[in-house]
Amino acid sequence: MTDAQTSNIQDREIDRSHMKVSDEVAIDISGMNKWYGTFHVLRDIDLTVYRGERIVICGPSGSGKSTLIRCINALEEHQQGKIVVDGTELSNDLKNIDKIRSEVGMCFQHFNLFPHLTILENCTLAPIWVRKTPKKEAEETAMHFLRKVKIPEQADKYPGQLSGGQQQRVAIARSLCMRPRIMLFDEPTSALDPEMIKEVLDTMIELAEEGMTMLCVTHEMGFARQVANRVIFMDAGQIVEQNEPEEFFTNPQSDRTKLFLSQILGH
Amino acid sequence: MANTPSFVRTQMLDPKDPPITEKGAVKWIRENLFSGWLNSILTLVSLYVIYWVLAHILPWALGGIWNAESLSECREIRDASGVGHDVACWAVIGARWHQLLFGFYPSELYWRPILALILFGVAIAPVLFDTAPRKLLIVTAIMPFAAYWLLWGGTIWGPIVTALGFVIGWAIIKYGSATLGALGATIAAIVVPLLYWLFVAGAISGALGSALPIGIESVASDRFGGFMLAIVIGVAGIVMSLPLGILLALGRQSDLFIINKCSVFFIEIIRGVPLIVWLFTASLLLNYFLPPGTNFDLMLRVIIMVTLFSSAYIAEVVRGGLAALPRGQYEGADSLGLDYWQSMQLIILPQALKISIPGIVSTFIGLFKDTTLVVFIGLLDPIGLSNAIRADAAWNGIYWELFIFIGLCFFIFCFSMSRYSMWLERKLHTGHR
Repeated sequence: MTDAQTSNIQDREIDRSHMKVSDEVAIDISGMNKWYGTFHVLRDIDLTVYRGERIVICGPSGSGKSTLIRCINALEEHQQGKIVVDGTELSNDLKNIDKIRSEVGMCFQHFNLFPHLTILENCTLAPIWVRKTPKKEAEETAMHFLRKVKIPEQADKYPGQLSGGQQQRVAIARSLCMRPRIMLFDEPTSALDPEMIKEVLDTMIELAEEGMTMLCVTHEMGFARQVANRVIFMDAGQIVEQNEPEEFFTNPQSDRTKLFLSQILGH
Repeated sequence: MANTPSFVRTQMLDPKDPPITEKGAVKWIRENLFSGWLNSILTLVSLYVIYWVLAHILPWALGGIWNAESLSECREIRDASGVGHDVACWAVIGARWHQLLFGFYPSELYWRPILALILFGVAIAPVLFDTAPRKLLIVTAIMPFAAYWLLWGGTIWGPIVTALGFVIGWAIIKYGSATLGALGATIAAIVVPLLYWLFVAGAISGALGSALPIGIESVASDRFGGFMLAIVIGVAGIVMSLPLGILLALGRQSDLFIINKCSVFFIEIIRGVPLIVWLFTASLLLNYFLPPGTNFDLMLRVIIMVTLFSSAYIAEVVRGGLAALPRGQYEGADSLGLDYWQSMQLIILPQALKISIPGIVSTFIGLFKDTTLVVFIGLLDPIGLSNAIRADAAWNGIYWELFIFIGLCFFIFCFSMSRYSMWLERKLHTGHR
């Protein structure tokens, strides 16, 4: 069943009518530096993300791309510079951090679903406890988003009973239940079997079509080409190159980017 | 490639039954008992040993004498009956069971500990089984005070005024958070009740007691003994050490320097010293540190020591569970905007405690059995009572029957704890992650 549905989505044209980039700034990072001990992981990062942008961040492993998006919701602490998310500056104030985290959704490589709770409970937990939504309303919202990621029938199962692709779609639904204005994806398809990558990408494409502001760390260059409006290439903790996908893939400027692209697209 | 014929399966194969030698009792016996000549010999030797042990124990135990006034009468009955072997003298259990169970608690008041035990069963039900009605939690909340009052007796105002301290703390958290902030309210909720208990509670309960003398006959701690003593110390220790141990484990994981170091220091000191030393500390040394004139009940001191001791072990067991959780669970909780206590309560602890169930329960079983150590500081636990029973000329020289009875009682408690933990583990199992 899912196969038929997902292939439909893949084959159709991407609907770009809601994919609009506005002038409003969603995330503003300036002069950001981060060290792990003495190791300088992120160096002088300046990045402005406008509302409605779909940014793909790529680069070799260890280039700091995951660390960068994890700094945006303060899963990692930055030591220098400024990060402003939705007008709130990330500081050591726990109130600010919790506020930003509840506005910014995040999907992880290993899903990080809560294995002791059912799918539905996974989705309603944060709305109930953080947003103080009544349980009934939270469950309705959760079912709405579970339908959207096409697994409403799994609501009463536990994460351990689902396949990797289904788990990642639940993770996306769980984030959406908080009605985030920005979504971060940290290699959402890297831990999946090839057969399941597509169903997750399709969900992400749908999200993009609705105008969600997205930052994706991914190696799915097809997704970058189809959906992104900007591709950022990172190496050694720095932003080496950023451009529109078409330009980025056909006409890379720096040697490092050329080498990287030849390696991942060559085979 | 050219030599490999192409093949396309047109029909999928159905599963078939395994061969007859691969299932049933025959297979089990062959695989587990007679899988080789060495194992066959070991099986036969083991069967012989089991037979030999039972052949000696069963006639002794089952042929035991139940009606006798003393050990010498037992022996006369045995000799008169003409059985060729030794037999048990269970009569001592019949004559002294109430002492083994209740110590020197006044026999006309036995209903009080029995009622307390029944109430305890009701109070613990909603904690142990989620199918029990939630309303029973009210019983759970008042149980500690009700149990104290039933067991020790005295004026009813003492427990009520003490319980009021917890209500004050709860009210401060509930209504004070808005004005004091979360941290301020938490600190106030700890400090205010402490001040209340130290300086106000005694006066209030004294005044109420003289104005409205409601109470039951009070029983002093030194009359407690036997299994009642073991259960009171054991249950109080178990109930209090779990939350304390969890807090210590969280403290040890904390990034806050002082909390972290205090927890580590406490855990290492408590674990590094034998329980018996702590019990002697409780019975002898503690009086030097307390203000002169304070009479701090010995049993209460023992309960506090046992609680602290096992909470250090619980803390380490729970820390193991916390460490076993993947980092992603913490990040998943953080990324949804849950604050520290929410993520601990909803995400981390349910999973960490589930992993730690076997360790927690074996710590509890250990604690329950360790209550017998209080015999060394003069409290009459079941073993101490068996000495007291032997001091009576009628039962001088009786050992096995008492020890078997005591052992059996302990086994029933410990085995049910172990079974409960296994049941809980199975119930909480939610798939392979």
